Amino acid sequence: MSTTAKWRTWLPYAGVVAVVGYCLAPFYWMLVSSLRRTSDIFDTSLLPSPVSFENFGAVFDPSQGFTRALLNSLIVAGITTSLALLLATFTAYAMARLEFRFKRLILTLVIATSMFPVVSIVVPLLQLFTDIGWINTYQAMIVPSMSFALPLAVWNLTTFFRQMPDELEHAAMIDGCTRGQAFRKIIVPLAAPGIFTTAIITFIAAWNEFLIALTMTNKPEMQTAPVAISKFSGATQFETPFGSQMAAGVLVTVPLVVMVLFFQRRIVAGLTAGAAK
Amino acid sequence: MAGTRTPPGTPAYGPGSDAGQPSTPPAPRRGRARATAGSGRMAALLVSPTLLVLTIVVLYPTLMALNESLHGPKGLDPATGFIRTTEPFVGLKNYADIFGAAGERFWNAFWNTTFFTVVTVGLETVIGVAMALIMHKAFRGRALVRAGILVPWAVPTAISGLLWRWIFNSNGIANALVGHQILWTTEGFHAKVAVIVAEVWKTAPFIGLLVLAGLQVIPKEVYEAARIDGASALRQFWHITLPLVKPALLVAVLFRCLDALRMFDLPYILIGAQKNSVETLSMLAQNEASNVRFGPAAAYAVLLFLYVLLIALAFVRLLGADLVGDGAAAGRRRGNKGGRRRIPAPRRAEVSA
Repeated sequence: MSTTAKWRTWLPYAGVVAVVGYCLAPFYWMLVSSLRRTSDIFDTSLLPSPVSFENFGAVFDPSQGFTRALLNSLIVAGITTSLALLLATFTAYAMARLEFRFKRLILTLVIATSMFPVVSIVVPLLQLFTDIGWINTYQAMIVPSMSFALPLAVWNLTTFFRQMPDELEHAAMIDGCTRGQAFRKIIVPLAAPGIFTTAIITFIAAWNEFLIALTMTNKPEMQTAPVAISKFSGATQFETPFGSQMAAGVLVTVPLVVMVLFFQRRIVAGLTAGAAK
Repeated sequence: MAGTRTPPGTPAYGPGSDAGQPSTPPAPRRGRARATAGSGRMAALLVSPTLLVLTIVVLYPTLMALNESLHGPKGLDPATGFIRTTEPFVGLKNYADIFGAAGERFWNAFWNTTFFTVVTVGLETVIGVAMALIMHKAFRGRALVRAGILVPWAVPTAISGLLWRWIFNSNGIANALVGHQILWTTEGFHAKVAVIVAEVWKTAPFIGLLVLAGLQVIPKEVYEAARIDGASALRQFWHITLPLVKPALLVAVLFRCLDALRMFDLPYILIGAQKNSVETLSMLAQNEASNVRFGPAAAYAVLLFLYVLLIALAFVRLLGADLVGDGAAAGRRRGNKGGRRRIPAPRRAEVSA
């Protein structure tokens, strides 16, 4: 085997290692830092020694209110996702299956909405919500969140519905189903993986939202997790509690990472292969 | 597949001019007319709730912002000497101020936003395409790579801001690796660098994933033919790979640009509010609004909105980005060039982070 041939076999693997390293190194650093003791937080060793869960304990210290923040995040992201999904399923079905006037225009408008700078609606809504006393409420975070969650869900589901062959419904309708029945009994069950995947993506988008949650709340007990973590305070005013910030970051991120890996498998194995059989 | 439908109102075109989809016979006129009438009512029923919600949460606030940007702050009324309870109408004063008194801060934010967008999206595209090529070549370990590559995307931007602030701490790992004491998170060009590094880390992998999806649809035969014709690897990349992934890449870049234009979380957390070196338009507008200066805040928000709109239009009009992704327009335009294979446009969700 010549040297060039050897290079040809090993170079892709070296590339893969580089890509994975690039993606995971900062995340790994977050994990390692979260497992250090406060006293050796500035260590640069690659492994924490000794491993300590001190930071994770500090995260759940009642004074930080992190449990409440997690609950707030769950409520806001959960309600946003459910509402968006409910509306988007019907709309996406119409977009993918029905012929009607202005369809392209409407779809373009819906997608355009999702690219909208969030701050453009946050500014007027902050003023409105201040006037009607909605500051520090869940609805003040859920309503603006719909502006990006709903287009996201519509767009995603439209793609999923489009991938399903028309023949599925035609067959059902020939067998005597109405369009509504065909939708309920054929399309929705078959699109379940797609709807589930869309739910995850929408949920992650809502969970990661920062600008709205930051602007619409000023009481610590109403903050969502990302806002709460960014405002973690240390023992003294001048000490940033990096350790507990990293620990909280790990706690907020790991569930998402697990969900995303799961969702990736679904996409690959999923929908089209199942429906086309 | 989606190109087989003819939207009503568009001129019908013969089956011969279609982009290689001979299997669909033109629908009989009577049948389609009936279907359209029936499905029109159903579509209205299904679509209107979404449109209603979007009107309330997007259109109405936008109009409010437009209106608000024409009003000044509450304060002493010079005519009566009393404190006003309503905000006075000041016309275009808030906009005029941008080109006058308040101009410096606005233009600084404007250039920061533009600089971040151009640099981050440029780097992301290059790194993303490189990643996709590597992943495409590697047959084993692809699942591992895909798992790894999704991690930066799943990390909330706010958390990644904190993570990078820790990395860029004066006693942090970045300085340990660089071997210099750089105060990354203080004002100056290095703050911009820190933001760019963090942003590229988070978003480049996803461009990589999208381009990979585009690469996987390119048939092997095309490369074989090129190799037989004696094209080098570089020429294959430039003349085959790049043109064929262009539609997917273009939409990805468009969405990334629009996302970068509204950048807020990362500079806000990594560096801080009201820092000249990294203040973006979103940060400026948010800052003004949270200080109850709604008029100028709304004016900044409106200008950012117009800027985003302009860039989006430029992409769609000049570069022909297929936004809707059903390929109807693109298919028709390209139909006559014969059997060119369409690469499906990436899904919106995957582009937004």
